[in-house]
Amino acid sequence: MHSTTSDQRTPLRTTAADALKIVVVGGFGVGKTTLVGSVSEIRPLSTEEVMTQASVGIDDASRVRTKTTTTVAFDFGRITLNTSMVLYLFGAPGQQRFWFVWDQLFAGSLGAVVLVDARRLEDSWYSIDRLEHHRTPFVVAVNRFTDGPSLEAVREALALSPEVPLIDCDARERSSGKHVLITLMEHLTRTHDQSPAQESMP
Amino acid sequence: MTRRAIDQEDPDRLYTVTGGRTSADEKTFDSVSLIVSECAPTPGMQSEHIRILRMAQRPTAVVEISAELRLPVSVVKILLRDLLDTGRITVRHPSVAAQAGRPDPEILRQVLVALHNL
Ligand SMILES: Nc1nc2c(ncn2[C@@H]2O[C@H](COP(=O)(O)OP(=O)(O)OP(=O)(O)O)[C@@H](O)[C@H]2O)c(=O)[nH]1
Ligand SMILES: [Mg+2]
Repeated sequence: MHSTTSDQRTPLRTTAADALKIVVVGGFGVGKTTLVGSVSEIRPLSTEEVMTQASVGIDDASRVRTKTTTTVAFDFGRITLNTSMVLYLFGAPGQQRFWFVWDQLFAGSLGAVVLVDARRLEDSWYSIDRLEHHRTPFVVAVNRFTDGPSLEAVREALALSPEVPLIDCDARERSSGKHVLITLMEHLTRTHDQSPAQESMP
Repeated sequence: MTRRAIDQEDPDRLYTVTGGRTSADEKTFDSVSLIVSECAPTPGMQSEHIRILRMAQRPTAVVEISAELRLPVSVVKILLRDLLDTGRITVRHPSVAAQAGRPDPEILRQVLVALHNL
């Protein structure tokens, strides 16, 4: 395959006009980058965001750290959906400071996938709480590193309401990653049908 | 994953590329707005602007520019603002942003169809 040394990028189609976002959140090492990479048409790219001043102002911790810019790393891949639409998939850590850049990066996301390791369920409590706060629809995917608690036990431990889809996944498998995304999109379609105007408040 | 601590490797770099401005452009660009060059780079332009114009010969998302330039997303937005103000780029905004976070059901349907065909 021909490639130039200066540019290894795979560009979008010239007709690409509308980009959509889905965010994968989860604790350290839970498989976020693997999941993004398994369905992405490009190798996941990583970058960073810094907290803008307005958000720094509301972060009490930043006053203690006196002017240290808070930087959050994340990665992403993409899927070209058709001639005009492209879906960006972000892998983002669920730790506290990350949520200060949520609006900067992820306002307007279609929804989120909470990726959990069944051995460390408590790592995802905070993310689930924040997604509910931001009114971002989400599904929960259990990345099966080993046999663990049943899905029913996970649902109970995470106090998930019955309408939130909960599924097993293997982030290394493209078909499994695809299934996670389809589950989220079906959930969004249902949510949309059920509450046409109810959630239009900010 | 190797973390590049951008703001630690060179404390002055962010200041230099943005001319000391801080971001007031959060609303002009979404992180996945698609940027399209409307002209070729010219000699004497800031090197970051040149690289952006080259990348965006094909539509390129703000986050992809950020990854390629190794600059935080909000710093890239400031650079893009210069190019937009001088007519050197155009922007294809995400339609969901215009729908106040509630995507058109037709969009959801099209995403589902495309994912099934993947
Ligand atoms: N057995 C198994 N291993 C997995 C699975 N998904 C990911 N892994 C492995 O787990 C490790 C961590 O995966 P990553 O995708 O890097 O996790 P991450 O959430 O991006 O990690 P951080 O970005 O460091 O927080 C890697 O070695 C993966 O190969 C899975 O479904 N099953
Ligand atoms: Mg990762």
